[in-house]
Amino acid sequence: MELGQLLHQMVFDYTLRTIMLGCGLLGLANGALGALALLRRQSLIGDSLSHAALPGVCVAFLLAGESKDPLVLLIGAGASAWLGSLLASAITQNTRIKDDAAQGIILATFFGTGYVLLSLIQGRAGAGQAGLDKFLFGSAASLIERDVQTIAALSALALGLMVLFYKEFKLLTFDPEFLASMGFPRRRLDALLTTLIVIVVVVGLQIVGVILMVAMLIAPAAAARQWTNRLGAMIGISMAIGAFSGVAGALASALEANTPTGPAVVIALTLAMLLSFIFGAERGLLWTWIRSRRSRRRALAQGADRAFAAGD
Amino acid sequence: MDAGLTIILLCSLVAASGALLGTFLVLRRMAMLSDAISHSIVFGIAAGFLMFRSLDTLPMLIAASATGLLTVLLTETVLRTRLVKEDAAIGIVFPALFSLGVILITRYAADIHIDVDAALVGEVIWAPFDTIFIGAFEVSRALVTMAVITLINLAFVGLFYKELKLATFDAALAASLGLMPALIHYALMGLLSVTAVSAFDAVGAILFVGFVIVPPAAAYLLTERLWTMIAVGIGIGVIGSLSGYFVALALDASISGCMVMMLGALFLLALLFSPSRGLLAAYLRRRRQKWEFAAQLLTMHLLTHEGHPDEAVEACTSSLPGHLNWGAAFTEKIIHRAQSRGWIDRVGEQLRLTDSGRVQARSLRKA
Repeated sequence: MELGQLLHQMVFDYTLRTIMLGCGLLGLANGALGALALLRRQSLIGDSLSHAALPGVCVAFLLAGESKDPLVLLIGAGASAWLGSLLASAITQNTRIKDDAAQGIILATFFGTGYVLLSLIQGRAGAGQAGLDKFLFGSAASLIERDVQTIAALSALALGLMVLFYKEFKLLTFDPEFLASMGFPRRRLDALLTTLIVIVVVVGLQIVGVILMVAMLIAPAAAARQWTNRLGAMIGISMAIGAFSGVAGALASALEANTPTGPAVVIALTLAMLLSFIFGAERGLLWTWIRSRRSRRRALAQGADRAFAAGD
Repeated sequence: MDAGLTIILLCSLVAASGALLGTFLVLRRMAMLSDAISHSIVFGIAAGFLMFRSLDTLPMLIAASATGLLTVLLTETVLRTRLVKEDAAIGIVFPALFSLGVILITRYAADIHIDVDAALVGEVIWAPFDTIFIGAFEVSRALVTMAVITLINLAFVGLFYKELKLATFDAALAASLGLMPALIHYALMGLLSVTAVSAFDAVGAILFVGFVIVPPAAAYLLTERLWTMIAVGIGIGVIGSLSGYFVALALDASISGCMVMMLGALFLLALLFSPSRGLLAAYLRRRRQKWEFAAQLLTMHLLTHEGHPDEAVEACTSSLPGHLNWGAAFTEKIIHRAQSRGWIDRVGEQLRLTDSGRVQARSLRKA
């Protein structure tokens, strides 16, 4: 397909435009919050949160009279993901079980329970479940403009709060002890940050599904980390990489037959990450290698000079 | 063999072989590697199918197990660049492999009917109907595979128990004794991959994590020794599978889902009611300590004022709440406690230290 035609489609084709917007926005919001999650060594929080959301989706569906209103389902998803993260930290704080196992427990048992509920809903005659199983694998193709509006509104909410509390979150990430000593409510800020992550995770669920959500959250940040040592710049780069990969993945899956969007976005993210690992301006392997070779050469040359001067 | 019995046996074996390995994952803080491995296997299955053009057990087992090890190696390679931390390395590698697997399947292997739902939670309901003959007995193929895997895991843990134990609790000492903790690590990961592949059809990628992590974690709250932790973990896994099956029958819901739900319920029970490490026990212990401390404080208070002119006021039950900043009910409880410990005597409103109470208060004051 020629470029002009493609551009025309990107602007005027409803489906393509909607998917691209949805994935792009999702990448943007996840890129921003993922940066904080990555630096706080909570990379896998995206994994446990996304799995823990499933029972909430089903309960919300049942409580709201089998409603498929995306907002209702998202609220249910968010509530149960939040409960999951609360339980995981209760386990790590009160027992000798470590963080990794606590996350594994929450991930598996919440998902198992959610899947039981889902199988019950699917088994009931006449119960329309079509809206629910897209939370398992995500379904970018079924996005409509209203979904994109919901995504935009929730992403804006999460990003807005992140900007508002930027200074506090920065301290929470790098020096939580200092934050507490300054009289800030550390626990509440921690809970707020988790809530923001929950928001972007459950929003992403219906596009990329439970399994790939973790990459959506973390990969842009892991890539951005290689380009800079400054938090503000890292968040900006992470958002850009997230948005760009989202759009690229959406395009790839639209242009290539039989290529699901979620995996395509993750492959785009993985490529961005590989490139960043190698060429990242601040920490990239290539520059590190060149630097270390140069300094080795210099040291050798200096050693030779000195040896020559000493007359050895 | 009866279908229900086959399913229960199969899932119990998944739980047993999972707990055998999961114990070490939980103790070594590598629980999430089971998540990574079980998901990456989707790539292994896709690649294996494209290479061998068959879905037979053995080639699948080899290809998918290789992918499991590949996941571990890739994660460690990413880690070695020191560009990201371990949690991120895991979170980067397995979604990439899973995505590649899904794309391979949808593009090139759409004809192999890999049910995507089954990739997450398995489809144990079909296991009894895919049978092979062993001698004159017709048994489920999955059951036979899983039994062999369980025996291999059992043999591994039994034969290398000492090595595993040392590598888990003191890797440096293990290395210095020449026990090669790295080799043990890769053996563990290899077996975990093989187990995950064998269990994949029955419980799927996500619920496998539940079978591997939840029973050992619950056992961790109940026992203090490694071998009992393994045994209790297996027991919990089997009970969860058994009860989950009947819950699934009663509800007419997903079998593997119900099993993991029951495992979660058992974990919750252990978390709340473990006699040594449960939340309830911890709460009771804290409360008892608080009372004990308060009773000791009371004896010291009485000793301080003993023989002084203000003793009549200070050792009076009605003045205690104000002076020690205690509530009236709490004060009454503590007086009773100190009395029952034989530390004080009560005469009307007046409290007096007994000999043993005085000894107690003096030793506390010295400390």
